Amino acid sequence: MADAAHIPDEAETRAKWGNFAFSPEYKKKADIYIGRYPAGRQQSAVMALLDLAQRQVGEETKTQGWLPVPVIEYVAQYLGMPYMRAYEVATFYTMYNLAPVGRYHVQVCGTTPCMLRGSDDIMAACKNRGLVKGATTPDGLFTLTEVECMGNCSSAPMVQINDDNFEDLDYDSMTAILGDLADGKQPKIGTQLPGRHTVEPYGGPTTLKAMVDKNHDYRGEWK
Amino acid sequence: MLQDKDRIFTNLYGYQDFGLKAAQKRGDWDKTAALMKVGQDAIIEEVKASGLRGRGGAGFPTGMKWSFMPKAPTPERPNFLVINADESEPGSCKDREIIRHDPHKLIEGALIAGFAMRARAAYIYIRGEYIFEAKVLEKAVAEAYAAGLLGKNAAKSGYDFDVFVHRGAGAYICGEETAMIESLEGKKGQPRLKPPFPAGAGLYGCPTTVNNVESIAVVPTILRRGAAWFKSFGRENNHGTKLFQISGHVEKPCVVEESMSIPFRELIEKHCGGVRGGWDNLLAVIPGGSSVPLVPAAMMMDVPMDFDGCKEVGSGLGTAAVIVMDKSTDIVRAISRLSYFYKHESCGQCTPCREGTGWMWRVMERMRTGDAAASEIDMLYEVTKQVEGHTICALGDAAAWPIQGLIKHFRPEMERRIAERGAMLEAAE
Repeated sequence: MADAAHIPDEAETRAKWGNFAFSPEYKKKADIYIGRYPAGRQQSAVMALLDLAQRQVGEETKTQGWLPVPVIEYVAQYLGMPYMRAYEVATFYTMYNLAPVGRYHVQVCGTTPCMLRGSDDIMAACKNRGLVKGATTPDGLFTLTEVECMGNCSSAPMVQINDDNFEDLDYDSMTAILGDLADGKQPKIGTQLPGRHTVEPYGGPTTLKAMVDKNHDYRGEWK
Repeated sequence: MLQDKDRIFTNLYGYQDFGLKAAQKRGDWDKTAALMKVGQDAIIEEVKASGLRGRGGAGFPTGMKWSFMPKAPTPERPNFLVINADESEPGSCKDREIIRHDPHKLIEGALIAGFAMRARAAYIYIRGEYIFEAKVLEKAVAEAYAAGLLGKNAAKSGYDFDVFVHRGAGAYICGEETAMIESLEGKKGQPRLKPPFPAGAGLYGCPTTVNNVESIAVVPTILRRGAAWFKSFGRENNHGTKLFQISGHVEKPCVVEESMSIPFRELIEKHCGGVRGGWDNLLAVIPGGSSVPLVPAAMMMDVPMDFDGCKEVGSGLGTAAVIVMDKSTDIVRAISRLSYFYKHESCGQCTPCREGTGWMWRVMERMRTGDAAASEIDMLYEVTKQVEGHTICALGDAAAWPIQGLIKHFRPEMERRIAERGAMLEAAE
């Protein structure tokens, strides 16, 4: 793709990441994932292992993480598969970052359901804080990406920042979230509408009202 | 209106805990072994009799799909169940609610469905972006193992069954069943040619059935309450209850479980507080997620929300992801944004789709601004017809249909933009 991010110089990444290996904690997780597939089918775990590797890189660089070539090579070797097979997986799926990102990866959904509910305002809030689509802010704090439908359409518009979803946004709440993150505070995850719980109609559910206060068992009403 | 006692997903909004203990209090995992005792073929017959049609969009009868699986798998070539939780269709957000708030319905359904189709294990393929949801699901699966509900002699049924969670990493196309199988094998998610169909040769070359989350999660309740109960909702051939997801320009967007065939207007009035700005302000509706053509307001009002009802107005129920657009909508932009979505998500395998989606998006962007010739509308339509039906999977069709729907119903609007821009340019000269 023409607008793909620039991958850093190979000599530089090799010097920095040439000795990458899973930490004991990540190795344990990796082996659990591999155990989910039949013997000889460990290649199935490549997606999970690339994700783990990206997370470990993220921890080491205090960012969301990315996948330098030597790290992909390590994962391929770990699973005994050709490097190219792992590399094509890394390039095919959008959640693998092939270039460094910032501390917070701000992924604004811009697909039609979010667009109808005002994702333009969310983009404007990002822009007014100095975020530029496809780039990282000079302080290394935010990387902005416009992503495709994240499956939060009944609480649109939404943004995913690293592992957290923020839903029912508007210009002000988005500005507040970015401000909180910049100040090192944790904003409230989930819907930003006061009084809304998850995806029930705003103002309270029209159905299943008995469930709000207690774990109601409807079987008694079955007949 | 459907009564609360007939709703399957009682913890849909997550007011209560998703964990095993709370789920059991709501009725999940209640004598599961007894439900399975009737035997594999009897379960399939019951599901067939319930009239359950796949909830992933295509609406294929679920019981019939299961019956395609080999009846005597060998240990070297076991059967597999793959559960499609790669919910990425713009507008769809129901599987997320099932997984994060009622995961045990899905896991119990996986055991029962897996048993019925004689599967050795189920893989739940959850989209990568559902990070929190995947954590919940992993926790629920671990709880089920710890309680002896999965694994050897699952739920004391005498049947050995495993459930594994597999996370995706951001690719809409992996929702296509053969792409999902490729992805599960650790490859790029590019759809396979059919035949062979997955029931013959799927995951690792073994017989495989791919089912949507909702299709599987409703099965335990159907067996508990009987096929006749499930069949009592909805019109002929469109039975059951269904999770509707309403987004866009309604007062209160929400996810809600309703009876199939509920009229569109009633659905919006009862649960969403009506259309923003009143019914006269409604412009168009996409009734089943981005892949189905839009329907203009006047045609949509009284449509029964089911497979046949939506088909009759030239659209489809899809996943029942209802995207509502009022008169403030830039309708050409709304569809053009979907074209961009398909351009972004095309896997690049078939030329008509890889090249066509990009081309269609670029022309749609010109249509949005009016920077086009009126004759190009026909050309655009022609090209969508060239993409449709000429690709391995249905993504090409899904990219073509929204544009065809737009041209069919909003051609005057497109022509107006072109004429307006032409007049402006003329005035500038």
